[in-house]
Amino acid sequence: MVNFALQAKEDQHPDGSAAPGSDAPVQLAVNKLEIRYGGMVALSGVSLDIRQNEIFGIIGPANSGKTSFLNAINRMDMMRSNMTVTGDIHFNGVDIRQWRNVYALRRQIGVVFPLPVGLPMTIYDNVALAPRLSGKNLSRQALDDLVERCLRRAALWDEVKDRLNSLGSLLSGGQQQRLTIARALSQEPKMLMLDEFSIAVDPVTTMRIEDVLKELRQEMTIILVTNLVQQAQRLAHRTAFFLNGECVEIGETEALFSGQVKDSRTQDYIEGKFG
Amino acid sequence: MSGQHTDAALAENAGDSLDANWYIDKLFQGVMFVCGISAVLFVLGIFAFVFAEGAEFVIKTINWSQFLLSPRWAPTSDYNPTYGILALIAGTASITVLAMAVAVPFSLGAAIFIAEFAKGRTREVLKILIELLAAIPSVVWGFIGLAIMNPWIIETFDVPIGLNVLNCGLILGLMAAPIITSIAEDALKAVPDTYREASEALGASRWQTTARVVLPAAKNGLLAAVLLGVGRGFGETMAVLMASGHSINLPSSVFDSVRALTATIAAELGETAVGSEHYQALFTIGIFLFTITFIINMTADWIIRGSKKG
Amino acid sequence: MFAAKPVNLRNQQVEGLFRLLFGIMMVVLIVPVLMIIVMLVYKGGPAFSWNFLFTFPTDGMTAGGVFPALLGTIWLVVVSLLASVPLGVAAAIYLSEYAQQEHWLTRVINLATINLAGVPSIVHALFGLGAFVLFLKFGTSILAASLTLAVMTLPVVIVASWESLQAVPRAFREACWNMGATRWQTIRQVVLPNALTGILTGIILQVSRAAGETAPIMFTGAVFFLPFLPAGVFDQTMALALHLYTISTQVPNVPESLPFGVALLLVGMVLIMNSTAIMFRMYLRGKKKW
Repeated sequence: MVNFALQAKEDQHPDGSAAPGSDAPVQLAVNKLEIRYGGMVALSGVSLDIRQNEIFGIIGPANSGKTSFLNAINRMDMMRSNMTVTGDIHFNGVDIRQWRNVYALRRQIGVVFPLPVGLPMTIYDNVALAPRLSGKNLSRQALDDLVERCLRRAALWDEVKDRLNSLGSLLSGGQQQRLTIARALSQEPKMLMLDEFSIAVDPVTTMRIEDVLKELRQEMTIILVTNLVQQAQRLAHRTAFFLNGECVEIGETEALFSGQVKDSRTQDYIEGKFG
Repeated sequence: MSGQHTDAALAENAGDSLDANWYIDKLFQGVMFVCGISAVLFVLGIFAFVFAEGAEFVIKTINWSQFLLSPRWAPTSDYNPTYGILALIAGTASITVLAMAVAVPFSLGAAIFIAEFAKGRTREVLKILIELLAAIPSVVWGFIGLAIMNPWIIETFDVPIGLNVLNCGLILGLMAAPIITSIAEDALKAVPDTYREASEALGASRWQTTARVVLPAAKNGLLAAVLLGVGRGFGETMAVLMASGHSINLPSSVFDSVRALTATIAAELGETAVGSEHYQALFTIGIFLFTITFIINMTADWIIRGSKKG
Repeated sequence: MFAAKPVNLRNQQVEGLFRLLFGIMMVVLIVPVLMIIVMLVYKGGPAFSWNFLFTFPTDGMTAGGVFPALLGTIWLVVVSLLASVPLGVAAAIYLSEYAQQEHWLTRVINLATINLAGVPSIVHALFGLGAFVLFLKFGTSILAASLTLAVMTLPVVIVASWESLQAVPRAFREACWNMGATRWQTIRQVVLPNALTGILTGIILQVSRAAGETAPIMFTGAVFFLPFLPAGVFDQTMALALHLYTISTQVPNVPESLPFGVALLLVGMVLIMNSTAIMFRMYLRGKKKW
């Protein structure tokens, strides 16, 4: 009896729903990815698949190439003259370099930064910006609804509903971070990438955002880059460990955190021996 | 090849389409690029147009040794029109040298005061004053030379004419000083504070720090500031036209009236027929001025860049 | 320890001496100019009146007002603004938002901007004469003179706009790009609105510079005297700066107060505009939205 109960619990993700199995459709396929800035290699030899509707954690110390990885997926190399990306990235089965309109690609991928960037416009405009720019001329009512929906899902609505017309850049750090999540959601993305979102956020807000992410993953794939190994443990179905520009190990989060690692460096990092 | 086709089709299915925003972006990228290179086009245009008008003179008419070495500028002479710019060069040079002799030490001193000694509010106010001084139009400076400096010089030095090298040099010095000061101050500010802190930690006083650490580190920037001041003095027109006396002379003292290259163009161009020899000679002076200031500006930039690399 | 004391004292004296020396140099630069301005006010102030500002010159320009010159200067400045502001701001946008910083073309553009600012004003006049008056056949007109001024003041607009564009945090751009905004949408929605006040500062400086220039307009569109007001951009015009030159060098028997009045008017306009620009800049520094 006891044994059975334990077994059942292990198959389940902390959020209560089943994790996408290895047969689930692939959202993002990365093959032999290498990223360089000028002559300096930031990341090399990364190959991994991210499944639809999974929360995929990426852990590792600073300068291990995590942020560069997200930038490559969003094709930010186009905006930076010194950044070069080689290897393949397939999003929804399509090579992202085949996209002629890279802006349309980026609209399908939401990004949240380590330090929240509230744009110097009203809270409402911050959230309404992406839909307005996408060229989908929404009606005023539809836009209002979308803004409310995104702010609610980012757990910010109750705090700002009475002052939607005040400046987004004047919110507190934690509120701004939720604002950027609302903004990313307003793109109605297929995939959400979060880059160390909890750095500028207090622990309570971090917990609230984590709850939000658990719900969101029903609708989208989430890549969670984090400097907190426990956060990956709490949220991610699978986790990759990046170190000094290479992907050391990828595995089921449960497995990695229960000591089933192939590389001792992963074990050391998880146990906090460096980082 | 066919693989790429399918990929493109796949991408299109996934939402890849060139929408209006994409085309607008490309359009503006083009527009901005054209505007971006406009400065280059104008510099080339200035050279081309000024050269085009002066070309015939430069290629056919000119007698180089006379042009550069004769002090006789007599373009309207009926018997023997002569185009010698030596006296004009001497005029420009004498004014510029005096102006720099006045402006450089005081400007550098002022720059050191603002950057190294003045603090907080004093410093802000001084910087604003310097900026405002640089804004006074050159024709007003010329008028000051004419209406204020002229009688003052006649009275003080007991000379018959107050429109001379002294007047013009002082005026030009005052004009160039704010420019030299602000560029020099930028150069001093560009020296990292860590240098100063390191020096003061060793017990050096502010002046010792300035003399031994800051000035050597900023010397290229200061040199560039002086060069740009020279360029400004060299190219100045209205003030020089009004305050120099405008008479053709190889000056032997600061009380001699002189005539500058720029002023000659300004004074005579209105009275020449388009395309005449005189007209072309004035454009040739223009080419000369353009070339010299071009060299000065490029050198200043090269010095500043050199200092940034080092 | 104790021996160090007199040395320190001497150091302090030397220190004070140098501070004094440089302070005096500073004062020597500023005081004559302030004296000159006081003198302009003293001698030119009495000339000021409604009549001075709003009537035509009379008696062979030895009496009367400066109205046509004032109006002409406004014409020249406004038309030159229309040309230089869109061009200069767009050039700054290209340099700040599109160009790669280390690219050779960017370097060439920067050099060209520096040189354009350094070309003597009389050479700009020659260019204006050759390009706008003769080649484009605008004749000596407000249009030709204004375009000459526009080319001359273009670097002012480019540099000021570039600086204010660069002051907008890069994170704003990245946030927009990551949302799928195109470069232009990012510029239009986020970068430009936040750089606008700074750009405005540059425009005021351009106006101030253009209003005071004389040499570039002498042969391209401004004339000593016109008995009527210009009706359009293809007319010639009088201008304040040239008027000052004219009545102080070309016209005999002008009462002293008249040119002093014109000089005061010019300096006053320029200083007011530059002070406004400086105040704008300080206001901006104090009121950042991020």
